[in-house]
Parts: sequence; C-alpha cells; structure tokens
Amino acid sequence: MKNPIYAAVAIGVGLVVLVGYFLQIDLLVNLRIILLNWATILIAVALLVGVVNLFTVHWRKLSTDQPDKINSIALLVGLTITLAVSGWFGPTTPISLWIFNYIQIPVEASLMALLSVVLIYAGVRLLRRKPNLLTITFIATAVVILLMSGHLFGIDIPGLAALRIWIGKVPAVAGARGILLGVSLGIIAAGLRILMGADRPYGEN
Amino acid sequence: MSALYIVAFITVLVFFGLMLGVAFILRRREAPRLREIPAFKRLHRAIGLAVEDGSRLHISLGRGQMLSRQSAIGYVGLSILDRIGRSTSISDRPPVATSGEGSLGILSQDSQRAAAKYLGVESDPMWGRVTGLTPLSYAAGTLSFIEEEEIGANLLIGSFGNEVALITDAAERKEGITLGGTDNLTGQAVMFAAAQEPLIGEETYAGGAYLGAGRMHTASLYAQDILRWVLIGLILIGALLKLFGVL
Repeated sequence: MKNPIYAAVAIGVGLVVLVGYFLQIDLLVNLRIILLNWATILIAVALLVGVVNLFTVHWRKLSTDQPDKINSIALLVGLTITLAVSGWFGPTTPISLWIFNYIQIPVEASLMALLSVVLIYAGVRLLRRKPNLLTITFIATAVVILLMSGHLFGIDIPGLAALRIWIGKVPAVAGARGILLGVSLGIIAAGLRILMGADRPYGEN
Repeated sequence: MSALYIVAFITVLVFFGLMLGVAFILRRREAPRLREIPAFKRLHRAIGLAVEDGSRLHISLGRGQMLSRQSAIGYVGLSILDRIGRSTSISDRPPVATSGEGSLGILSQDSQRAAAKYLGVESDPMWGRVTGLTPLSYAAGTLSFIEEEEIGANLLIGSFGNEVALITDAAERKEGITLGGTDNLTGQAVMFAAAQEPLIGEETYAGGAYLGAGRMHTASLYAQDILRWVLIGLILIGALLKLFGVL
C-alpha cells in the first residue's frame, strides 16, 4: 500500500482547489489562491531540479564509457556558459539576449526547418504503411490546404479556394470539436481518479 | 455562480457518481471486454518482448506542466509508466522515461523507484530523465537518446506539439515501434501521420484501463462512454431544434 500521507495531502488539496473553483465562498477561494501560489513555487523549484537532472545525466554519460560524448560536452558547456552569463549579468542584459538571439533561436529555427521535411516524409511513409481511405483523405486534405495557403506560381485553380474554406469551417471544426470533447471527458476522468486516490503518480510503495 | 459554472459543477458530480456506481457494479461482476485498440494490443506485445529479449521500452511523457490543462495527460503517462515499470523492471533493460518538464521528471523517477521497490530491484535515477526544457530542445534531447539506446518500442503519451515528428522519425530510423497519443490537436494530427499506432482523442486516457491499472480506471472508461452518448444526444437534439427554428 502506498504511503497514506501523500494520498491524504493530494486528495485534500485537490478537493479544496476544485470546490474553491466552483463555490465562491471567501474562505475556500482564499485557501485555493494560497495553495495555487505554493504549487507555482514548487513548479519553479521542479524546473531547477529538471536542469540539475539534465546536467547529471550528461555528466554521467561523460564520466562513463558511452558513445556520442560530443553531444554531452556541447550541452554541458552551453548550459554552464548560459547559466554563468545570465546569473552574473542578468537574464535581460544585451549579452544574455545575444546568446538567446544568435544561438538558441537559429538552432531552434533550423530544427523547425528540418521538421517540415520530416513531416513530408512521415506523410509518404503513412501512405506506404496504411494505404486506406482514411489515409488518402488525410493526405489529400493536407495537400489541398497547403496548395491554397499561398499563390502557387500565380495560378488560381477554380473551386479550390472555396473548398479550402469549406474544409476549414465544416469538417475540420467538427472533427476538432469531437476530439476535444473526448479529450475533455478524459481530463475529467483523470482528475477525478487522482482526487479519489485511485491514481497515485507520487510517493513510493 | 454563473450558469456555465453550475453546468460544469453538475457534470463533474454526475461523472463522479457514474464512476462510483460502475466501480461498485464491477466489484460484484467481471468487467465486460473492452473494445480492441490496436495501439494497446501492440503495447502488450512490446512489453512481453521487452521481458523476453531484453529490448528496452521508452516512455516519452511530453512537456505538460503540472499546473496547466496538460497535467491530466501527464498523469495518464505516469500511470502507464507505473504499470509498464512493474511489468518490465525485472528485465535486463528496464524502461526509461523521458520528459520535457521538471515536475514530470521528478514524478517519473518516483514512479520508477516505486516500481523497482515493488519488484525488489535497485532503481537507477537514469531511468527517469529530463531531456530538454523547451519543445524543440526536448525533441532534440529525446531523439539523441533514441539514437544511442537499443529501444524496442517507444510509447509517446503526454503533451506534444508538432515537434513529436522528430521523435517518431528517430524511432522509425532505429526500426522501433512507435505508439502514441496526446491532448494537443496539432500533435494528434502529426502523430496520426508519424506514429505507427496513433491514439485518437479519449483513447489516450484509456491507457490505465487497458494495462490493468485497477477497477477505477475501467469504471472511469465506462463513465466516459455514458457521458459521451449523453453529449451526442444533446448535440443531435440541439441541431434538430435549430433546424426547426425552436432555438
């Protein structure tokens, strides 16, 4: 059996926050705000723990005999320099922003560019893996939307613009709403399982 | 309290009641068979293979913040990680969880530690890793992890955007199985094309029930089904009333 203290804290706090959201009773609302502020601080601490975890994993890879050490060296050097510069000069000073504007943004932009190629490749692979009506509809819709997102050599294919607007307004919205309704029900179920203590992704046995 | 709050509060109460009711019924009788979802069928096979041939399972938990709407999918991922950890931690190569958020990283290590303790084996903090803290750095860190390890199956359950395509592509190149679901609409569209077995909409939230996480998981699945039919009915009635000019 899992430690009952963790469960009691999680269930108690969860109930106060949930009831405080629906019922506008001063005591509950104030308590809810205090608990959410504590949670925000804890999340920020968890972010720091995440950075430490990232550092530890790559430090351990470097100190043990593992392949591709160059990636770990790049990460550790980059992380140390960024932390030192931001910590010493402040996160919004020109030198810190230089790192952000001239290193992080270009690297992420190149990954975004790579992503578009990967997505085209994924589409082709999907056609090979599951050549059925659903797949063909998916790919055809994507192609129509892409073709009409910009002028293709200045050519205007009659009916395509209207088709794109119709796809965007009717089947796409209907499908998205259907998926979001399912997701919402799933979110309620997951939340209630935590509140009931049936799901306990915290604490050891 | 506004009408919207009242409707939301009643919905939560009805859901809660339905879950308790179904769980009570399931105590006395065996649960009917759940409909087959190919992704979970393949996951069961992958878990078996991981134990038999020592291939590693990789569970990617995404980057859902614990104080946001994305926390629910994060909890589902952690619940699945816990079940898989208990099934495969005894193998030569226990599953590894990667995440793109600090609190998810801590919770994944906690789940792994609990699973190891349950099986009486020693846990390793490397089983729960934070691979990056922005969407693209998380994807880049995870794909380099996939490149370096011998992974049999990659389960992607969490909050992902279009960057998930980079992760699935790396997994495909290593000839590993990719299964996944997310709460993000863009991520779902990308996963439909890129993952071998995508989970659509609420299917992702059914993971616990399909992996035998307990009666309450199955009960919540039935409650979801009942409420979905109620919603379908209400939408149809609303459409008909609109058609006849009543609304």
